[in-house]
Amino acid sequence: MSSRRIIWLTARREIRTRMATPTYRIGTILMVVVIVGLTFVIDIVGGGSAQRVGLTGEATALAEPLRATATTLGDEVETVSVTDARAATRQVRDGSLDVLVASTPGGLRVVVDERLDDGLRAVLTAVARERALDEQIATLGGDPAEVGRRLAGVRLDVQALDPEEPYAGERLAIGIVVGILVYVALLLYGQIVAQGVVEEKASRVVELLLSTIHAWQLMAGKVLGIGVVALAQLALLLGAGAVAGLATGVLSLPASVAIETFAWAVLWFVLGFFLYALLFAAAGALVSRQEDVGGVTTPLTMAIIIPYVIGVSVLPSDPGNGFVALLSVIPLFAPMLMPMRLAIGGVPAVEVVVALVLTVALVLLLVRLTGRIYSNAVRRTGARITVRDALRA
Amino acid sequence: MIRRVVGAGLAFHDLTKRYGDVVALRGMTFTVEPGELFGFVGSNGAGKTTAMRIAMGVLAADAGEVRWRGQPLDLESRRRFGYMPEERGLYPKMAVTDQLVYLAELHGLAANDASRAAAAWLERLGVAERAGDELQKLSLGNQQRVQLAAALVHDPEVLILDEPFSGLDPVAVDVMSEVLRERCERGTPAVFSSHQLDLVERLCDRVGIVRAGEMVAVGSVEELRTGGADRVEVHAPAAPPGWADGLAGVTTLSREDGRSLLELSDGADDQALLAAALATGPVHEFARRRAPLSELFRHVVSGTPEEQP
Repeated sequence: MSSRRIIWLTARREIRTRMATPTYRIGTILMVVVIVGLTFVIDIVGGGSAQRVGLTGEATALAEPLRATATTLGDEVETVSVTDARAATRQVRDGSLDVLVASTPGGLRVVVDERLDDGLRAVLTAVARERALDEQIATLGGDPAEVGRRLAGVRLDVQALDPEEPYAGERLAIGIVVGILVYVALLLYGQIVAQGVVEEKASRVVELLLSTIHAWQLMAGKVLGIGVVALAQLALLLGAGAVAGLATGVLSLPASVAIETFAWAVLWFVLGFFLYALLFAAAGALVSRQEDVGGVTTPLTMAIIIPYVIGVSVLPSDPGNGFVALLSVIPLFAPMLMPMRLAIGGVPAVEVVVALVLTVALVLLLVRLTGRIYSNAVRRTGARITVRDALRA
Repeated sequence: MIRRVVGAGLAFHDLTKRYGDVVALRGMTFTVEPGELFGFVGSNGAGKTTAMRIAMGVLAADAGEVRWRGQPLDLESRRRFGYMPEERGLYPKMAVTDQLVYLAELHGLAANDASRAAAAWLERLGVAERAGDELQKLSLGNQQRVQLAAALVHDPEVLILDEPFSGLDPVAVDVMSEVLRERCERGTPAVFSSHQLDLVERLCDRVGIVRAGEMVAVGSVEELRTGGADRVEVHAPAAPPGWADGLAGVTTLSREDGRSLLELSDGADDQALLAAALATGPVHEFARRRAPLSELFRHVVSGTPEEQP
């Protein structure tokens, strides 16, 4: 029987039994619901809420400049002319109008329910000042329209020394989400690999299996099978997030950028999974009881947690941080940090290439090393086996 | 007797294994011929499990090897073996059928054949109604039946079963015995270890007795008996204590209620014994007693106690 068929059989067993568990199914559905739900919440709370402004009396003439100013300041305003000020006040109270604006000799009178939105305050202030300015220009014999055109022609010529990526905010948000997903998936599925190895040792089924197949085939099948299970879940979550984000407009960046970011996340997860799953499998083989898995895998979980915590605390305020950049090309840490950095953007290509080459090289090295540890240790039950013993045996 | 072809069977040749200072096997050698049911008996720690684990490739021997049809075993040939490890092991959280189908496929069966074989064995072993349940939900006895099904599901050429009867209820013991006999009639050699000596005696074509990592006696139960001394039980109520003491080659093993159990060494004259018994008074019974395997076992195992591992 070919090795390929044996590995396929063992991998298929992992995929079938693990995908069949309620934990996996319900967990996946819940996470999709949370991600899609969050997107909708952000959509409803954050964007798309045009302020409804009621204009009364002379203020009705401000409708056009109000909308124009709002657009330049990045706000959205919907204007309504009202004749009955008393009825309009009631509308402000019940929320169908956000503000009611009337003209006063010194400026504008603004009625709100609780407080004036900061964005709208800026818009209204600008409009009021402009009107006062126009009046003053006219009084002095000038032409307000001409002054307006001149003002509109004034340009700020901004020269950024280190220009921010376009859509920086969204990219940062995606980077953090992608970082969490990759981090949690590596931590979770790494543990599952170690527990799976110990399950076979503890139940002694490994003795039956190893009389038929090679230890490395069993290990390969387990890592690949659990990898498929993990990847399916991660891809589903990222896909659901991308679709929901783009469909609701919460993600305004081009779809190609979103897809590229997620594709990088998947690639780094796959590399990180192989890297860590091999280590977790070897670690699991050293012990014979589920209670001992935690102890033997602690160094590995730390290697995942620490760079992630550093990344997630430094990158939001300082995306170009040199220390994080350095960590992100070190193979053990790259899988958590690189996808975050790539999502945020502005990573020099050379750093990506170096990180990829180093990580792949480490995975290849680990295949041999962990395979040896696993093969030697997995047959031995009882007390915990040291790595040195497992390598030497 | 069938003429044995050299190299046709499963040959354990000069197996040696030590764990640190402890010698588990010292040159263990024996052969199981095709169609032979071989019972492997010996005290705990005598090396039965070690020998079987070496045959299955779970352990490596320090020296010696196990051959099947004249060839040293490798993974390919072991794939056609059926194995029941001493420490039972299957996936606790996997459904019974899935488990058997998986193992059958790993042993080289195509998916269809694997499903068919799994269903057939579960039926045969009386656990068909639990086919869809997780293994851990079955009683220990039923788990044991599934374990046997796992050893048989791929229609193995050779069976190596470590304590297959331990933990089975009498019905399951019967089914298991029947299955073993049936496999042997079809030419499958089977080695199994057991502490249930009456079972071994009833079932096995040949028996091997192991002591301290060595095979100390091999043969059919009959052959083993001829090696041992004859026993005679005499019921002579009037016989005084020590009535048989003067006879050459006769040892009194026990005496109770006028019944004496005597051992006759090779060449001792049983007629002289009978005459001596009659001289004491009436003799109601004078019967040859066949030593049970357990007796032979005790005799062989305690024979020349060497350093126990």
